[in-house]
Amino acid sequence: MKSDQRFKWISLGIIWVWFTLFALLPFCLVVISSFLSRSNASLISLPLSLEQYTRLANPLYWQIFQKSVLIAALTSLISLCLGYPFAFIIATARNRFKPLLLLLVIIPFWTSSLIRSYAMIAMLKAKGVLNSLLLMLGIIHEPLTILFTNTAVIMGLVYNLLPFMVLPLITNIERLDSRLVDAAHDLGANWFTTFRRVIIPLTLPGILAGSILVFLPAMTMFYIPDILGGAKSMLLGNLIQNQFFIAENWPMGSAISTMLTILLALLILFYLWATKGRKRGDWL
Amino acid sequence: MNRRYLHVAYLGMIYLFLYCPLFILVVYSFNDTRYSLLWQGFTWHWYQELFHDRSLWLATWHSFTLGITSASIATLIGMITAISLYRYQFTGKKILNGLIFILILSPEIVMGASLLILFAFLLQLKLGFLTLLLSHVTFCTPFVIVTIYSRLVSFDKNIFEAAKDLGAADWQILKRIIIPLLWPALFAGWLLSFTLSLDDVIISYFVAGPEFEILPLKIYSMVRSGIKPEINALCSVLFFLTLTLTVLSQLALKKRN
Repeated sequence: MKSDQRFKWISLGIIWVWFTLFALLPFCLVVISSFLSRSNASLISLPLSLEQYTRLANPLYWQIFQKSVLIAALTSLISLCLGYPFAFIIATARNRFKPLLLLLVIIPFWTSSLIRSYAMIAMLKAKGVLNSLLLMLGIIHEPLTILFTNTAVIMGLVYNLLPFMVLPLITNIERLDSRLVDAAHDLGANWFTTFRRVIIPLTLPGILAGSILVFLPAMTMFYIPDILGGAKSMLLGNLIQNQFFIAENWPMGSAISTMLTILLALLILFYLWATKGRKRGDWL
Repeated sequence: MNRRYLHVAYLGMIYLFLYCPLFILVVYSFNDTRYSLLWQGFTWHWYQELFHDRSLWLATWHSFTLGITSASIATLIGMITAISLYRYQFTGKKILNGLIFILILSPEIVMGASLLILFAFLLQLKLGFLTLLLSHVTFCTPFVIVTIYSRLVSFDKNIFEAAKDLGAADWQILKRIIIPLLWPALFAGWLLSFTLSLDDVIISYFVAGPEFEILPLKIYSMVRSGIKPEINALCSVLFFLTLTLTVLSQLALKKRN
């Protein structure tokens, strides 16, 4: 019994010390530094001020914020539309193929998204694979300019984040009780009504979880706009990176990071509220 | 029957979307031309070039040392945390669970920025191996905890009761029952941490500093300068490495006792 207690306290002690030092404390530092100012002597210094937050209202930053939200929302929406039927087919597939089908989704989840973004360049550039294919098929007559546009950024984001949408959806759809779908049919609902009134509400936790998992990284994976969007393309992630390394305004970078965290908190609260009383499924 | 074909076609389309760019990347890494898109014949040249690039070997060495150390520490911490979460009741358990959940969800860039402020401003540490190690352990540990915990809950709790009834001390239960049963999950957690560490760009970008060069950041700076056959080759090698690690980890998790 004594050794039992010792193991318990040592292990809990280690994890709490670690998370306090390297997760909670740093996060508090971000919040504090967002209320401080920048000086020539030090990266972060007194006096306390709300300057960073008032500067965030500046149209320039506001534009980047709007654009980030728009692009991230589009990315989530496209991933959902592509991913939902995909997840549905996998979740209801016959058992023999299912492990392989799942593995093929998990692989891109874990392998480097930097490499996958780089692979997109060869697909999208003017003389790239996509243009050559479309020209060859006679669908277009002039090569399309895709690389270094917002379209390329969205394509790159969808490409990288699709597994984040699909995996929680699969877990959720697997738990869908097919008897409820049968019951709806028996009671005379056509497939559209069944889908809208039965399947969507029951898989809502998966839809929301997937959307959150796509939405946040879409705004912050700064290397994707950097590689695929060209120099002009700037989303929130690029803005933070810029404030820390180029403008060297750490309080400003901290203020944007704080805003992002507030957004994350709101999204989680919304998720918990919207799925209250439903089976959420352990998608993590 | 028609519907089945439709399903297969749709799955095929999405998998094509997911894998086609990678396939083309690998094919081009063997293409014997610097500029053309057309196939000009097979060559190992770009791989040879990588092989002779000394700075690349150094970055690889750095990344592997970092990955192995941080994966080992993260697995150790993750294991004892998961076991405690599984076996004990304690105050703050819900908070710990919530924290793990938030750490997995929170945007990497926020973690990167906050660790940079901690290391460079508060602790005045020199950015390099140590700061990278601390950061990588921090973002890998929650994933290890989740991997190991989901394995633990699949166990039959009666095993532990039986061991206790037969007079086993807690450390014996840990050593003789939990760890042997857990090793596939430990192995998988370690591999996933190593992969995460090897691939991480965002957090490393913030805490790496200028002197300790690691592979993902080196690739990032190369990629920013555009397409080159050497990068194709490098990315192909790294993709196959992480692919192997991921498949191994998934196989370990699938294995049933």
